[in-house]
Amino acid sequence: MISALELLTILRPLHICIGKTGHICQVGASIVKLGVGDLCRRRFLEVFEVLRPARPETISELRALAGQVIKLQLRSLSDISFRGLLVEDGDGGIILDLSFGIAVVDAVQRFGLTAQDFAAGDLAVELLFLQEAKSSAMAASFSLNSRLNGARLVAETKALTDGLTGLHNRRALDGALSRLDQSDTKYAVLHMDLDRFKTVNDTMGHAVGDAVLKRVAAILRSHTRQDDLLVRTGGDEFVVLCPGLTDAERLQDLSLLLIQDVSAPMSLEGLDVQIGASIGIAVSSTAPRMAGAELIDCADVALYLAKRSGRGQFAVWSPAKGRRLTDLDPSSAPASG
Amino acid sequence: MHGLIFRTVEAFVSDSFGPEAWAKAVACSDLEVASFEAMLQYDPAHFPKLLNGCARALNRPQSVILEDIGAYLITHQNHASVRRLMRFGGDTFPELLRSLDDLPGRTRLAVSGLDLPQVQVRETIPHHFMISCRGEPQGFGHVLVGLLRAMADDYGTLAVLDHQGVRNGSEVIDVRVIETFFAEDRGFTLARAAEEETT
Repeated sequence: MISALELLTILRPLHICIGKTGHICQVGASIVKLGVGDLCRRRFLEVFEVLRPARPETISELRALAGQVIKLQLRSLSDISFRGLLVEDGDGGIILDLSFGIAVVDAVQRFGLTAQDFAAGDLAVELLFLQEAKSSAMAASFSLNSRLNGARLVAETKALTDGLTGLHNRRALDGALSRLDQSDTKYAVLHMDLDRFKTVNDTMGHAVGDAVLKRVAAILRSHTRQDDLLVRTGGDEFVVLCPGLTDAERLQDLSLLLIQDVSAPMSLEGLDVQIGASIGIAVSSTAPRMAGAELIDCADVALYLAKRSGRGQFAVWSPAKGRRLTDLDPSSAPASG
Repeated sequence: MHGLIFRTVEAFVSDSFGPEAWAKAVACSDLEVASFEAMLQYDPAHFPKLLNGCARALNRPQSVILEDIGAYLITHQNHASVRRLMRFGGDTFPELLRSLDDLPGRTRLAVSGLDLPQVQVRETIPHHFMISCRGEPQGFGHVLVGLLRAMADDYGTLAVLDHQGVRNGSEVIDVRVIETFFAEDRGFTLARAAEEETT
């Protein structure tokens, strides 16, 4: 019959036998890989520090932990801990069977371990396989996610942008208004409508019409602040949303500038073009507790009144003017176009 | 069907023959997908169409393409992890062959949802192996032949591999290991970082 010590040597490459004096008398083949030299005849507790469930300082205190799983580390290497089972050898000594536990991935790198350094039944190699496989799969997954996210950002931007002018679109305006509804920020809405645009489009062609819209977008950009939201709501209608800007005088100056620049003669696609603009203004502070969408209606009313008083004008909404176009006197409708 | 399978075909064609060849293969496949994602699932019906398209675009039989894909997975820089994962199967080439029964299980462990055919290995006489693959995707046996040839090379082993066609619904591969330590082993350590430093 094979002896117990021989059996240990064959089956448990990470075992340590400690004699009754506390000195190490036999180690498994893989212990030498730990970089602490020949452990035989060295005092076990001088090489290892037991961390849990107690911190024994003598061999008898250590022996008291027999039958338990302990956590320990090398005194010279405190960042890799071991797990071990302590067993009394029946002759006053102790046998310790070590394992790396979850630290096996680090241990393999640190100590240059090979499959032979583990017991045949040990799942360490499977664990390493799984760790590498998981890393590769995660990397593929992350790469997909970041590509999808890039595509999502592009799609989101596209969904909120007017393709022709690069300004925001109706959807972006609705989003901004509902965010403003949730906040206490005061803001102004400028609703601008081009005059004579339809005529230009019909007589000079769509290419010129498109160039006019792009020019108007450029004029809007040059006169507004970074935080203002510039929107082409459709056809020849534009909305400028100015968060934090409620000063009547500044809003009037801005409207005058916009009307003046849009009305200046343009030379587009080799043709001389002249259009005009009317603007309706509504300020949230004059309409407390009104939702953004309703304020847009108010700006619409003001725009209607501006047009009625002649082209190239602006008007500022006040509660007296009514909230909806249908509230207005239909008999005095302005000329269309 | 797992996107990794499609993505591998795409990577093989693009890396080996250029993006134009891949575009041609897609056009010949009659598929509406221009590029595959590794981490998405696709309709299994795409796979035979894609293989057919590749065969027409590259003007070579499907079996040759599949075999080249197997070799490509082991030898190409971009897939170093596949070679390493295969080397976990055994210290020598014959050991790797004996562990092939576990290949579908190991693969599922690595990427859940990536189902490979059932693999059975019999060592009829020492160093003479019969490998059979049963199940989808069809043609996996050819990939395995390419893959194992490249792995034999990796271990420095001289072996003769032969795909013997389909018998009773299984693809059958005959492997004869002539000399286990024939040439220099490219080497393998359990620790990934250590190996990367030396190569």
